[in-house]
Amino acid sequence: MLGKLDWSAIPFDQPIPLIAGAIVLVAILAVLIWVVAKGHLPYLWHEWITSVDHKRIGVMYILLASVMLLRGGSDAIMMRIQQAVAYQSQGFLPPEHYNQIFSAHGTIMIFFVAMPFVIGLMNLIVPLQLGVRDVAFPTLNSVGFWLTATGALLVNLSLVVGEFARTGWLAFPPLSQLSYSPGVGVDYYAWSLQISGVGTLVAGINLVTTVLKLRTKGMNYLRMPMFCWTTLASNLLIVAAFPILTATLAMLLLDRYLGFHFFTNEAGGNVMMFMNLIWAWGHPEVYILVLPAFGIFSEVVSTFSGKPLFGYRSMVLATMAICVISFMVWLHHFFTMGAGPDVNAIFGIASMIIAVPTGVKIYNWLFTMYGGRIRFATPMLWAVGFMVTFIIGGLTGVLVAVPPADFMLHNSMFLVAHFHNVIIGGVLFGAFAGFEYWFPKAFGFRLDERWGKAAFWFTFLGFYVTFLPLYIAGMLGMTRRLQHYDVAAWRPWMFVAAFGVLILSIGVICQIMQIVVSIRNREALRDRTGDPWDGRSLEWATSSPPPVFNFAFYPDVRGEDAYWDMKASAQQQSLEHEPPEYRDIEMPRNSPTGFICAFFATIMGFALIWHIWWMVILGGIGAFATFVVFAWRDHDEYVIPADEVAAIDRVNLEERRGLVSMAGTI
Amino acid sequence: MNLLDPQGPVAAANSTILVDSVFIMLAIVVPTIIAILGFAFWFRASNPKARFQPDFVYSGRVEMVVWAIPALTVILLGGVAWIGSHQLDPAAPVPGTGSPVRIQAVSLDWKWLFIYPDQRIATVNTLTVPAGAELNFQLTSSSVMNVFFIPQLGSMIYTMNGMVTRLNLRADNEGKLKGLSAHFSGDGFPDMMFDVNVVSPLAFPDWVAATAKTDAVLNEESYTKLMQQGIEKNRLTFRLDDPRLFDLIATQHIPPGPGPDLLSDAGRPHSGAHDAR
Repeated sequence: MLGKLDWSAIPFDQPIPLIAGAIVLVAILAVLIWVVAKGHLPYLWHEWITSVDHKRIGVMYILLASVMLLRGGSDAIMMRIQQAVAYQSQGFLPPEHYNQIFSAHGTIMIFFVAMPFVIGLMNLIVPLQLGVRDVAFPTLNSVGFWLTATGALLVNLSLVVGEFARTGWLAFPPLSQLSYSPGVGVDYYAWSLQISGVGTLVAGINLVTTVLKLRTKGMNYLRMPMFCWTTLASNLLIVAAFPILTATLAMLLLDRYLGFHFFTNEAGGNVMMFMNLIWAWGHPEVYILVLPAFGIFSEVVSTFSGKPLFGYRSMVLATMAICVISFMVWLHHFFTMGAGPDVNAIFGIASMIIAVPTGVKIYNWLFTMYGGRIRFATPMLWAVGFMVTFIIGGLTGVLVAVPPADFMLHNSMFLVAHFHNVIIGGVLFGAFAGFEYWFPKAFGFRLDERWGKAAFWFTFLGFYVTFLPLYIAGMLGMTRRLQHYDVAAWRPWMFVAAFGVLILSIGVICQIMQIVVSIRNREALRDRTGDPWDGRSLEWATSSPPPVFNFAFYPDVRGEDAYWDMKASAQQQSLEHEPPEYRDIEMPRNSPTGFICAFFATIMGFALIWHIWWMVILGGIGAFATFVVFAWRDHDEYVIPADEVAAIDRVNLEERRGLVSMAGTI
Repeated sequence: MNLLDPQGPVAAANSTILVDSVFIMLAIVVPTIIAILGFAFWFRASNPKARFQPDFVYSGRVEMVVWAIPALTVILLGGVAWIGSHQLDPAAPVPGTGSPVRIQAVSLDWKWLFIYPDQRIATVNTLTVPAGAELNFQLTSSSVMNVFFIPQLGSMIYTMNGMVTRLNLRADNEGKLKGLSAHFSGDGFPDMMFDVNVVSPLAFPDWVAATAKTDAVLNEESYTKLMQQGIEKNRLTFRLDDPRLFDLIATQHIPPGPGPDLLSDAGRPHSGAHDAR
């Protein structure tokens, strides 16, 4: 009846996951009870859960990423403490637990923190920057989000029901095969990634289509803000790379469930093929994450320097070059697998070539600052912190692209330090910069600058204190994923790194405090102009938060930095003086399709993990039926009458009048 | 285990390339970081002396320079990578004094088996080699992937079941070194560290002769017992029965290791291999 599921799945003998799970469960229940008791449920259902508004979905993506960041961060704290104490001892985490933690940490941070964070920011901002009212496929957008949430839910469920993978975040066979990992851990891993992978793929298709097909008047390709370009490049990579992940995990699952031999030791399976396939997805994946961050920094550096982006066309070229080359370098993840010198050298050089357009980007940001009037608001601090940190990560990255150097550094703590250097210093700093920069746009009030700056400095400092010691440990021969060790020389560095995590945690606390304080002081921090940073692109041309239709009129774009031009040519003023002729606006109706579909997908995923076949069929039929019902819908849009548009827009214009400064005058 | 304290020619060459590459890159990275901080500081909004040039948005010369600097660096480093990859190919010979020593390394769950086919002996978790001689490794795995790595001798290489990888090294100085597995292989992974004893070329035959007197014999049967999952704290030594044992493993005539015993605790859904502790 319940497949492999029985009471032994719940780890009654392991206090840490049990207590953590209980706390989370109580917290969720408390929130649910509060929501229901206060009567917020209808609001949540109508305004958020069933919303197909790209801004709402973007916010929910970021919320999901933030919650999962705390989960992945707790894993990181446990790992650093374990390695600090496990010198000639077992530390406080037995291997089967420690191995789950580092596997979950990697999986969560990439798939359920970095991905939803950047996808959330793209969702929130790209339609606004393009001057349009929504993404290309609004309901699909909601489906994508909820399927990502399903994946996150399954990963967290593994904490208390069963186990998570003990194989590392890429689940290399043969270790991940049934014979060496007989538990449900790898199944949790694979099914949560399969389900969230579908969500990511539809998000990618949606954003590519949006950028290619939905742009306002005059917004041709070479007038798009850089963030739109990097969004395009990143989502093209999603569309091209995620099917590889899905196919690879499908093959692994066929091995595990139906006795196939794609990646087994026996019967002609080829474990090296898995390595190639997973990295053929995995390497583009890092550019999927970092390209949007590059876009965010381009916007931030330009805005806070009070200048257009330097070398815009050069930046476009660099972005697309990275997009293409990132597909041709995957082999550098396993130079040490015994490929010949020609193969190693060619892939090594190809990997270095990516450093050229990336270096060009750094220099163009540098020259954007040159001759500017730089305001060091929190987003700009993150941007400068990123530029310095990312160069160091780039240096160590090119270093491990030199095969003979990689022969010593592969899989070492040096490598761990390198990829955290580029992912934290690049993606996470970018996500935080974007969060600080666009928060006023999403919610209508600014974030507290003092807490924001404190968060930056603690995170920046904490990053170096944590990861420089790991570089050194790597140079001392320390390899990754060690649950305990006997080498005295490594130990001091593990202590320093553990101390660094403490500083990083203070940074996270400051970030949380910043949000709490800002919500409390929201009236004082209210932004009535819609343009708190003296911005340059179209998202600042509408109110904060934008009305559901974003723009009462499609903006007419005459050049790069569309909104800056409008401010400069005082077009805004003329728009405000002549009473415009408002028209009806059609907007997509809310739809519970995404939520219901994800509900059934969760059931199906859980049932597949535990081999509960009747439930698999139930979940599958339910998810499919949801699609069918949606496909047969009669009404998919509703009309906002011209009067209502006029009323909303007049209020906004009234608030903005006189507050929006003329370009270049402050 | 310091990578910058190499004990053989391969590690010395690897670490030279590592250090050289870092310095080549530092030559542009340091000025760039200084420029970032310098520009950010000088062009701060509160500095009245900084000239505001909002129209400085494109310069063909600047673009040429900023594409050229990373491109030239990469051309230089690309040359280093090309030559280095060929000279330091793990399979390339490393000439040494005396006759080369053939060693067949097998990664087991979770220990290293070193077979000396010419000396007809085998050891577990201890590698004894003569200083100065070419060490000729053939490597495979009994089950999951591992990476064979002696940091101070250089180049690491994967071990995979059903496949043989090759690696040539040389240890130049007598002494004790450490080796490890550099690819996660399961619960006992941290205990896959092994000792490397580099002895004088004269002492090596003595050690071989002493080891050959061991009672324990390594054959298919004792190997199958040895490859069961578990940690080996004792530095076992064996006489080698059949010098083709490695080929039988690498060609899967001896089937791959079985993984956890499903009837024991280790096979249960949430708990791990308790013998790993």
